[in-house]
Amino acid sequence: MTNAATDMNAAPSPDSYVTADGRTIGGVVMEMKNITLRFGGVVAIKDISFDIREGEIRAIIGPNGAGKSSMLNVISGFYKPQEGDVLFHGEKRPLMKPYQVAQQGIARTFQNIALFDGMSVLDNIMTGRLNNMNASLISQAVWWGKAQKEEFENREKVEKVIDFLEIQAIRKTPVGRLPYGLKKRVELARALAAEPTLLLLDEPMAGMNVEEKEDMSRFILDVNDEFGTTIALIEHDMGVVMDLSDRVVVMDYGKKIGDGTPDEVRNNQDVIDAYLGVAHD
Amino acid sequence: MAQELAAAGAYASIPALLARNVKEFGDRPAYREKEFGIWQSWTWAETAEEIQNLALGLLALGINRGDHVAIIGRNRPAHYWAMVAVHKVGAVPVPVYQDSVTEEMEYVLDHCGARFVICGDQEQVDKVIEVQDTIHHIEHVVYFDKRGMRKYDHSHMNWYHDVQEEGRVAHSRLEGEMAAREAELTYDSACVMLYTSGTTGKPKGVVLSNRNIVESAKNSCEFDDLGGGEDVLAYLPMAWVGDFIFSIGQAYWTGFCVNCPESPETMMTDLREIGPTYYFAPPRVFETQLTNVMIRMNDSGDLKYALFHHFMDFAKTAGEKYGMPKRRLAKPDLKRRVKTAWKYAMGIGFAVETIVENAIRLFFSKLRHGKNVREHFKAKDPILLNLYSGSVRDYFKYRMGDVLVFGPLKNTLGFSRVRVGYTAGEAIGPEIFEFYRSLGINLKQLYGQTEATVFITVQPDGEVRNDTVGVPAPGVEIRISDNGEIFYRSPGTFVEYYNNPESTADTKDPEGWVATGDAGFFEEKSGHLRIIDRAKDVGKMADGSLFAPKYVENKLKFYPDILEAVVFGNGRNMCTAFINIDLTAVGNWAERNNIAYASYQELAGHPEVLGTIQEHVETVNKSIAEDSMLSGCQIHRFLILHKELDADDGEMTRTRKVRRKIVAEKFAPLIDALYGGKDEQYIETEVTYEDGRKGSISATLNIRDAAVQDIKQGMAAE
Repeated sequence: MTNAATDMNAAPSPDSYVTADGRTIGGVVMEMKNITLRFGGVVAIKDISFDIREGEIRAIIGPNGAGKSSMLNVISGFYKPQEGDVLFHGEKRPLMKPYQVAQQGIARTFQNIALFDGMSVLDNIMTGRLNNMNASLISQAVWWGKAQKEEFENREKVEKVIDFLEIQAIRKTPVGRLPYGLKKRVELARALAAEPTLLLLDEPMAGMNVEEKEDMSRFILDVNDEFGTTIALIEHDMGVVMDLSDRVVVMDYGKKIGDGTPDEVRNNQDVIDAYLGVAHD
Repeated sequence: MAQELAAAGAYASIPALLARNVKEFGDRPAYREKEFGIWQSWTWAETAEEIQNLALGLLALGINRGDHVAIIGRNRPAHYWAMVAVHKVGAVPVPVYQDSVTEEMEYVLDHCGARFVICGDQEQVDKVIEVQDTIHHIEHVVYFDKRGMRKYDHSHMNWYHDVQEEGRVAHSRLEGEMAAREAELTYDSACVMLYTSGTTGKPKGVVLSNRNIVESAKNSCEFDDLGGGEDVLAYLPMAWVGDFIFSIGQAYWTGFCVNCPESPETMMTDLREIGPTYYFAPPRVFETQLTNVMIRMNDSGDLKYALFHHFMDFAKTAGEKYGMPKRRLAKPDLKRRVKTAWKYAMGIGFAVETIVENAIRLFFSKLRHGKNVREHFKAKDPILLNLYSGSVRDYFKYRMGDVLVFGPLKNTLGFSRVRVGYTAGEAIGPEIFEFYRSLGINLKQLYGQTEATVFITVQPDGEVRNDTVGVPAPGVEIRISDNGEIFYRSPGTFVEYYNNPESTADTKDPEGWVATGDAGFFEEKSGHLRIIDRAKDVGKMADGSLFAPKYVENKLKFYPDILEAVVFGNGRNMCTAFINIDLTAVGNWAERNNIAYASYQELAGHPEVLGTIQEHVETVNKSIAEDSMLSGCQIHRFLILHKELDADDGEMTRTRKVRRKIVAEKFAPLIDALYGGKDEQYIETEVTYEDGRKGSISATLNIRDAAVQDIKQGMAAE
């Protein structure tokens, strides 16, 4: 399963280790090998390699237009890189349909909230369980037999997620009426409802106030802690990234300019230049 | 008499009552809690088993007789079980306000000397761990919600279910010990220790015995005919005596079901789903609900708006007569269902009839008369039942209102099934009180305190008024001292203040009379008690006239715009006031009138808001001037505070009573400005955020003069 030695750029580390706060980080779950992604003549990602280990919180940071979201789309299988391989549990991934990706245990949230505004919070989260429902159309229509049984089972899972994210009070509120911060939380809930092993979060804290950010950070840590979910996230808020993540990849103009623990990245000269700018004289 | 003996003999403690409930109605629901979106329920038999396992588990952990066990958490069945389990093994439960900040918790945990603490979740555990830096007598922490607890040091910490599991395993070994300790419980052993909210000074631990709890529960249940079929919603803080009496005392005495909401935010939805038959809320809850209803009615369509106001105006006169629920069983039998259906059918029938009748009138008047004559014939009241007269018409009209307005509204509020509702703690505004009563909700007032195990006076059905607090509760004797202070003696009178013999002696004399600290008098005609104010707050103005701040504040607070008011004037030549606006009500008004504001502070300082409040103050002044005894309390100058008074800043108690002295100290420059004749004053105040961090806000506040009425003595008016 693991393939640690092949990654030249990431710091070599043993197969599994225990972090300072007592979580066990396992072997490599997902590995990017020399990924290059082009849109016509534009190179979005240029020869990037890094890995994501089981149970860790992996952040991808970088200035605007650095190619972070493209990277996330490569991980989720939505974009097919022109060069390089994506290895999931050591196996090379073919180009897949989104539902196939979901079946592999990967779930994601979006930078611009992609929920069904007219549907209730509960229904929205239930859509996260669609992969686990396969009753026939007729059974669904009359809500009898298999469809009913399935709904009970899946509703139970969804209720656990609702309880976990403390959104009981808005269970039946249409999503369109919710404030932004709560919508983000509902989106996280929908992703969690799929019981992913790898969770991709695209700017989970964008546009939030300090309190909402704190709540969201708490939830991300709790998800990782309680379910052992591996999390890859893109975020702009440096404070949050440095506090949350175990390892950070820094991108700039489609290239990887840093990789390592938050402390290593913070002291990396390239990263400082990219973020603070550098005098060209 | 026989019943009292029975109570004293067989059911001398809460665990004894539990055993009785298991025997008599073991398969009836005792607790419900909404969890994962579904109401889960536990029967009395299951409850007893949960409690027993926990009790055995606590024994296995080494709990001693007389230990104090702090219980910190929101209303959940497990926390109620913990209280009973603790009592079952001879220890004393001490519920603590879950929203108290660390320092407050530290004081209580230190004062009661708790060896065991039972926490709801990680948040509470964190506070207890913080407290343990200074307090070292806490040996075990038991927590209920496992979430986020995995990384904690578990050498002195246990999961609730693990404790129960341990108890289950140790069943045969410890059963004898538990039975022995339970048998030792008498009518006089301490059942619970509750901390007062500490309106003045540090909170005091009030020890209540089984006698206090059981007798009070028994008397109050008989007073209101409460039976085993009631449903209550437990949502008030567990550390408050009222919740203990309702959710444990009365529930165990009658065997009714206690329902716990899913989370504090879902309280209103859960209330609606459960539809309690017996309900208790402080005036503030009713006030908030009424404000919400009014705001939403203002936003509704013309027809709904007109219907609502038409029927509400009508109900003010007729609700008391036709709307009140009869004394009856909580669970409707067939006969009552038929009756209800009949009532609704009548309501619909007469609505149709009225419309037809008015249409016919209109048709004929159109046929025969000119426009000016037609005006004369048009029914004055759009839905007036012209064929009937007097009380018959009122009765039918009220039924119609039931179908169109009152019923749906009660359903939305969750009050459809309420038979007995109580409010206490503070005076309730006459409009609010009238609103709920005219809807046909039997809302009553009671007067009580922790030291009396709640009940001192209660309003009997049919004798409910806004300005009195009712007649002495069963078994309570009341005496009024020369200076107007109220004293009482009852089976509910507390045992002592824990570790505080001086305070105990100050409050309770050897004959058992307890000073309430409130001043009041009995109305001669009705025999009802009327409360004026806290005895020590009642003072004298410089000219010798009576100063009763609460009386004035309550009058002010009855306006939906005004959330809180603090009146000053003791020993001064005039009264002045601080006012807190209600952000919901005033914010809605601002939105309606295109007044832009960014914050509470900005809205509070808006000249138009000041103008509205000034009108309110002047109206209040007029009404005060009519009362010859209190006419000196008219407010000459006032200001609107730039921040809401808050318990986190120490300005209020956790039960939201204003701490007058602290407010006066904190805003001293403002008081100086009020009396110094200034027009505005700059102030900087420290605020505490919910997470305990501190910050400061500053503002320049405008001070307004309010017109006062001339009074007989010829005091100068402005």
